Amino acid sequence: MAVFERTYRRYTGDRTALESRPFVLTRYAFKDVFRSRFVVAVFALSFLVPLIGAVLIYAFNNMGALAEMGFELPEMLEANATFFEAIVGWQGRFAFLLALIIGPGLVSRDLVNNALPLYLARPLDRVGYVVGKMAVLGILLSVTTWIPALFLFIMQSSYAGVGWAVENIRIAGAMVGGAVLWIVLLSLLALAMSAWVKWRTVGAFLMFMIFAAGGLFALMANGLFSSTWGYVMDLGQLMKIVFAGLLGTPAPDGPPMLVAMITLTAFMAVCVFLLDRKIRAYEVVG
Amino acid sequence: MGMTNQVDASPVIEVEQLTVRFGRTVALDDVTGRFSGRSIGLLGPNGAGKTTLIHTLLGFYQPTVGSARIFGHDMRRANKEARSLVGYMPERDSFIAGMSAVRYVTLMAELAGLPGQTALERAHEALYFVGLGESRYRPLETYSLGMKQRAKLAQALVHGPRLLFLDEPTNGLDPPARERMIRLIKDIVDTGEVHVLLSSHLLRDVEECCEEVLILKDGRIARYCNLEAERRANRKFLELELTGDVDAYVEAVRGLGCEAARQGRRSLKVVLGPELEIRALFELADRHGVQIRHLDYKKDSLQDIFLKAMDLDPSTPVAAGLINADGTTGGADGRL
Repeated sequence: MAVFERTYRRYTGDRTALESRPFVLTRYAFKDVFRSRFVVAVFALSFLVPLIGAVLIYAFNNMGALAEMGFELPEMLEANATFFEAIVGWQGRFAFLLALIIGPGLVSRDLVNNALPLYLARPLDRVGYVVGKMAVLGILLSVTTWIPALFLFIMQSSYAGVGWAVENIRIAGAMVGGAVLWIVLLSLLALAMSAWVKWRTVGAFLMFMIFAAGGLFALMANGLFSSTWGYVMDLGQLMKIVFAGLLGTPAPDGPPMLVAMITLTAFMAVCVFLLDRKIRAYEVVG
Repeated sequence: MGMTNQVDASPVIEVEQLTVRFGRTVALDDVTGRFSGRSIGLLGPNGAGKTTLIHTLLGFYQPTVGSARIFGHDMRRANKEARSLVGYMPERDSFIAGMSAVRYVTLMAELAGLPGQTALERAHEALYFVGLGESRYRPLETYSLGMKQRAKLAQALVHGPRLLFLDEPTNGLDPPARERMIRLIKDIVDTGEVHVLLSSHLLRDVEECCEEVLILKDGRIARYCNLEAERRANRKFLELELTGDVDAYVEAVRGLGCEAARQGRRSLKVVLGPELEIRALFELADRHGVQIRHLDYKKDSLQDIFLKAMDLDPSTPVAAGLINADGTTGGADGRL
């Protein structure tokens, strides 16, 4: 192999837009994430429910044709708010699983290896870094939740007509709004755990426990005080309340939607605070 | 266009009443200066504020008072513009486990704004330049300390910065690896394409690589000078090796109006007074029964400049503690 004598030379060519820099981190993180076969398997599996949903929508709208072909289906379901609530609910669970697997490793690896000074010495600020890392979960969980749900909504609209779409536009808005809220909540929590607990497995366990223990404490508080206000500690239940409120379906047990929203917002603010404390080139002990 | 010219004509680094406090600790205290040297050595004992200064110039810390500018870009208002012009090699191990060197350096180039293909090409070039061409596809965690240091240097210069911050680049390296790193830094400086700010505990590193030296003490600038100019301007020293009653001889030399500083038990540094000839020292030695076994002219070394900046007499035990036997500053226990 030829060895060339090289020397230092300045770079004077074009540079990419400053706004696009955080997404360099996203791109590199995606490559790392999809190196795991387990992640690929879970991600692929997450499309099972939308696939079933698509088959069901086809069936709802083609009862006559299917009957002619000899498939007798009971006329018990229709593509309404409850149907889409169930679809997004399932997808939300897959999103949680993916966030649990991917999220805790996103920041911790950089912190363990002291990579933050290298990133932040470049034209990339702390917000840009967090945005770049959040975008990994944001994109992945969007593809898992609201994008397939919206696809099913469009599919149903194509069968049922524009009138149905206009009449049920609230469902589409609620699916997108609810899923985005869930994604932001999961992403912030996963990144905060990743930043504070540098051990990936422990971070994932803690993240799971925040939901599991919250649900458990909620049930205990409800039993103790004969109330449903204990659900303010159950992030999953709070999300269900908000989502039902957005969809206009019967509200599950728990505090009113406004209280659920405020609680979730406060929780996310805590996550942002935790990230702000840890995402620094160097920690300062004053 | 006018703005560009103004920025280009600006000093490399400009700080004005720069004060950085962490709680009650004052890390930098009212530092003011304009630095334009091609290669500046940053010296000072531990806790003098060297790393804080670099971190503040990189925008990691916000000044409590005052301002810092790099090529005219204010670090408060235009830190992204400033940071696109700098490269940074941190003191501690900083890499991403599981990444090959070429992927790591490419990522850093892309974050600095180079388009993907160009970033990859320059990553290969930078790794060849630092001597890691053959091992550029190996995961970083399998590298030796010296290789990791060179990979850090490669990521610092891959995007072609105009100013390079090197924080203790020879830390922990064995002599051949240190020599190699010093040679690389000198090569970079010699291209004339980049300014280098080198922070080091090793006076020899600074002496070998830098034209200028900035010495910090207790968060303030103790000295900023051009090493060559300083050497030229300095009076010549005489270094003497003596046997006999050295103490009495030192007193007598001082009595002649010379500056004299003990360098251990038998060595003495003397700066002759304006009217005196060397002959006077021999006559004095004869009178005191002291033998001059060795006499040499010696110009002010960086060590002397450093110790003077610290307001210390090189012969004192405190000074001896400040400069270790291996030429590092700060004392073996890292305290003054």
